[in-house]
Amino acid sequence: MHTLTVLDIERVRGQFPILSRETKPGVPLIYLDSAATSQKPRQVIEAMSTYYERQNANIHRGIHRLAEEATESFESARDKVTEFIGAKSARQVIFTRNTTESVNLVAYSWGRANLGKGDLIVLTEMEHHSNMVPWQMLAQERGVRLAFVKVTEEGLLDLGSFHDLLENKPQLVAFTHMSNMLGTINPVKEMTRLAQEVGAVVLIDGAQSVPHLPVNISDIGADFYAFSAHKMCGPTGIGVLYGREDLLDEMPPFLGGGDMIKRVQLETFTVNDLPHKFEAGTPPIAEAIGLGAAIDFLTSIGMQAVHQHEKLLIERMLDRLEEVPGVRVYGPGVEHKGGVASFSFEGVHPHDVAQILDGQGIAVRAGHHCAMPIHEKFGLAATTRASFYLYNTVEEVDSLIEGLYQVKEVFG
Amino acid sequence: MDDLYREQIIDRYKHPLMKGTLEPNDYSYEDDNPLCGDRIRIDMRVDEKDIVTEAAFSGTGCAISQASADLLMESVVGKSLDEVKALTKEDILELLGIELGPVRLKCALLSLKVLKAGVYGLDELEEELARI
Ligand SMILES: Cc1ncc(COP(=O)(O)O)c(C=O)c1O
Repeated sequence: MHTLTVLDIERVRGQFPILSRETKPGVPLIYLDSAATSQKPRQVIEAMSTYYERQNANIHRGIHRLAEEATESFESARDKVTEFIGAKSARQVIFTRNTTESVNLVAYSWGRANLGKGDLIVLTEMEHHSNMVPWQMLAQERGVRLAFVKVTEEGLLDLGSFHDLLENKPQLVAFTHMSNMLGTINPVKEMTRLAQEVGAVVLIDGAQSVPHLPVNISDIGADFYAFSAHKMCGPTGIGVLYGREDLLDEMPPFLGGGDMIKRVQLETFTVNDLPHKFEAGTPPIAEAIGLGAAIDFLTSIGMQAVHQHEKLLIERMLDRLEEVPGVRVYGPGVEHKGGVASFSFEGVHPHDVAQILDGQGIAVRAGHHCAMPIHEKFGLAATTRASFYLYNTVEEVDSLIEGLYQVKEVFG
Repeated sequence: MDDLYREQIIDRYKHPLMKGTLEPNDYSYEDDNPLCGDRIRIDMRVDEKDIVTEAAFSGTGCAISQASADLLMESVVGKSLDEVKALTKEDILELLGIELGPVRLKCALLSLKVLKAGVYGLDELEEELARI
């Protein structure tokens, strides 16, 4: 029996075809790696194949029936994103490939137009490489300085260190809404306000937050906000960059080519209006439609319910991990934590933990989770990470704990 | 239980025979696999005929990488440097006695990579690594 009440868990699980497969005969899949990528519900898979079976055409300039329908489906996906994240206008919603490309777009276009020698970018120690490396590249190229908000032993951002860094009047402050290693949910609204008060532009990495929490970007007040469809029940190959409209208007284009122009002469071009200005070439059309379907799916369940459900799972997980000798969990307690638990197991390498769990059908991740600096901070090369989503159950958490006892037995 | 964790591997991981360092030594090299943070150092002593007389490894890593390092170090004692240079991926897999997917193969081959970097020196290594 499933004991959770926030979601009709059997109904939710029934919509994910992959969850009924076995990893080998008699061993059902227990998927605890949604922070890397989520599974996809049937309605997302079907929306994409229906597009290919019924509407497939290139968008925007076609006069024929299919092109019109495809354009309409594509733009309606953008409208769904706009509403889902609380943006004021669809002009602020740019389709990219993923979070990484969204951050790179800002670093390349806004960064190169606005930052130069001696300017300061403030990041945090808990960033994913995708919100670190683009800024390191800019720093190397332009002589921009980087500074990092400290992370406390508990796994929270050190807000004292944040205040101190703001005194140096950074031009840009970029931080994650939720850490993919520690699970920490940061006070982004307050941080945005403080950073903007000293004149900084604020970029938030929402790769882990948009899939798991109710997010209203207008309310948070961020200038840029990035996330990926594939972590929120949608397909790979499409992500979103939200931007403040006046900033996007002033920014030079990122990639050049078709769709991002109004007109082209031999020597010059005129840039297209937002959001197309930043969408050069044929976009991921089926993927946008899949993202739209993922948003419909999540909306039908409700992001508050998704969040509550994951809270119950992580609470259970942290409770039960305490009883396993030799396990240490990183990151804050449930109050500040999303559905992510990274842990170490004394005397056992994360690869071995993950491999033994895999033998029981349990999919977790072992490694640095693209966040090497925060691992280093805690004196770790790697951790084992279990991450949850709306389709996970308390029973799966319990299976994971049993799996860890097995690990103990093998390495005992 | 998972075939990867056969007794021999767990035993080698928990009670390695060849773990340690040699000072002084004739060959010593250290490298890591940044993907998983595993780090291995290999030390060897050779006699006047370039036969390995002593070998040891140190470092951290998963059971597969540690066990394969231990087995590899045991196997090189008594070999000539030319024989050491000729060791291949297949030799390691034979020592381990298991099949490995591409990710775990990297774990298993880390010690061989470090060993070869040590005996070849870095210049010749690139070419040699392409062969592993
Ligand atoms: C916090 C965070 N930021 C950024 C990313 C990068 O996402 P993507 O690989 O989809 O660009 C991830 C995904 O692993 C993440 O967890």
